[in-house]
Amino acid sequence: MRTKIETNNVHLHYGDFHALKGINMQIPERTVTALIGPSGCGKSSYLRLFNRMNDLIDGVRIDGKILIDNTDIYAIPQSEVDRLRRKVGMVFQKPNPFPKTIFENVAYGLRVNGLKDKKLIEGQVEKALRQAALWEEVKDKLKKSAFELSGGQQQRLCIARAMAIEPSILLMDEPASALDPISTGKIEELIYELKSNFTIIIVTHNMQQASRVSDYTGFFLLGELIEFDETKKIFRNPEKQQTENYITGRFG
Amino acid sequence: MISFPTQVDRKKRFHQAIAFWIARIISYSILLILFFILFFILKRGIGVINWEFLTAMPSDGMTKGGILPAIVGTLYLVLMSMVIAFPVGVLSGIYVNEYAKEGAIKQFVKMMTNNLAGVPSIVFGLFGMALFVNRLGFGASILAGSLTLALLALPLIIRTTEESLKAVDDTFRHASYALGAGKLRTIRKVVLPIAFPNIITGLILGIGRVSGETAPILFTVAAYFLPKLPHSVFDQAMALPYHLYVISTSGTNIQASRPIAYGTAVILILIVLGMNLLANFVRSHYSRKVKMK
Repeated sequence: MRTKIETNNVHLHYGDFHALKGINMQIPERTVTALIGPSGCGKSSYLRLFNRMNDLIDGVRIDGKILIDNTDIYAIPQSEVDRLRRKVGMVFQKPNPFPKTIFENVAYGLRVNGLKDKKLIEGQVEKALRQAALWEEVKDKLKKSAFELSGGQQQRLCIARAMAIEPSILLMDEPASALDPISTGKIEELIYELKSNFTIIIVTHNMQQASRVSDYTGFFLLGELIEFDETKKIFRNPEKQQTENYITGRFG
Repeated sequence: MISFPTQVDRKKRFHQAIAFWIARIISYSILLILFFILFFILKRGIGVINWEFLTAMPSDGMTKGGILPAIVGTLYLVLMSMVIAFPVGVLSGIYVNEYAKEGAIKQFVKMMTNNLAGVPSIVFGLFGMALFVNRLGFGASILAGSLTLALLALPLIIRTTEESLKAVDDTFRHASYALGAGKLRTIRKVVLPIAFPNIITGLILGIGRVSGETAPILFTVAAYFLPKLPHSVFDQAMALPYHLYVISTSGTNIQASRPIAYGTAVILILIVLGMNLLANFVRSHYSRKVKMK
């Protein structure tokens, strides 16, 4: 399998705080990778490296190399960052649809990136909503506010919004942590289906979720990547004692 | 199982009731005072208001006739000062909240904005006379008066814009950036529409402030008596608050002008009220467009 994302000895500092300590990882294309670990271990900070969302925080320093499709994404000019984010979509922890209509939420990314053709936008919106398994539920109320949807629907709308611009990577930061079990189940099903088109990286606190949806799992602890391997291996036969302690619930 | 004394509950409820009643009485009495003022002015002023009062020039040493030039003058001044202050104020607010980096310069700008809000309006009047009337040579004119009033309203609009933008949750900004939108686009398409209904509040406050001010227009535009309508922004004009001041303090016959003074006050209040209603309408229109619910 081709390597989609590669990080070499990545360090991240928030001011004096050393949040990531020399992370090396190779993520294959069209797979789901789960990042697990206790709160504050650096897994979200690591996820946010890939679409340079950490840039928005003052006092962040990043060292090391982060390659997507063999391009160092921290060596590109500032003007290319928007283009990078078009390629690397993101779904946030809390559903955060815009206070716009359902249609406009999904169309936003298309318009922002210069699409004007009405037919094309409509087609793309429908496609994204179908991919997010939301089309049947919202096709008759596309002009309604996104805030009328339930939390689970809102999160699927956010997934559709991210997918509409056809990124090749989808970052998910605890996408189901604010949702009920049924909505969570739907999101997980969705992740499983999306794998054929996207490289997905998901941060999660939920062990079962990691083992259900992912092909690879990385375990973070205090800013270090303790273990990274196939999910089967991590959950059945981890190399490191710390990994085993964590997934068996002995701490965390 | 412990048994809590029932008196405590009763006492708590009693205290709560008293606190609520005090709060209620205070807020009602404020309303009462407001209504009393309105009633007092309406009762004395409503009698003189008729078509002629609204459409005629003042006559007989301002003891008879209408107040048309003052109405028109005030409308021009409010409109023009807002046309100047609103875009400048909103853009400044955007700069301060969205672009300026945390640090000494931003703190300084914010401090100066606050100071500007506290400057007495007569000082604005003097400044406007020195700069616009004399230095820039606009003379006593609607342009000079509007610019002076705009300066007065500016801090108010900057502050409300800033606060409205600050109230917009960062998750909306992040979602927009994550889709490849730049900063300007994010502000225009996501942040501003959410903040706009609140920014309109700044406009409403500005209108209220500007339409009633006398001191800033005293040396910059207001005419004591000018029985014709202004033709250009370089003309002088009468204005309602100043007209009210003139006929109550230095008219030719103050006693005879009294009813006209109250009539003028009624019209001034109605204009402010009308503009507030209009701004409220705009505000709710934009609230509906932003689909928060």
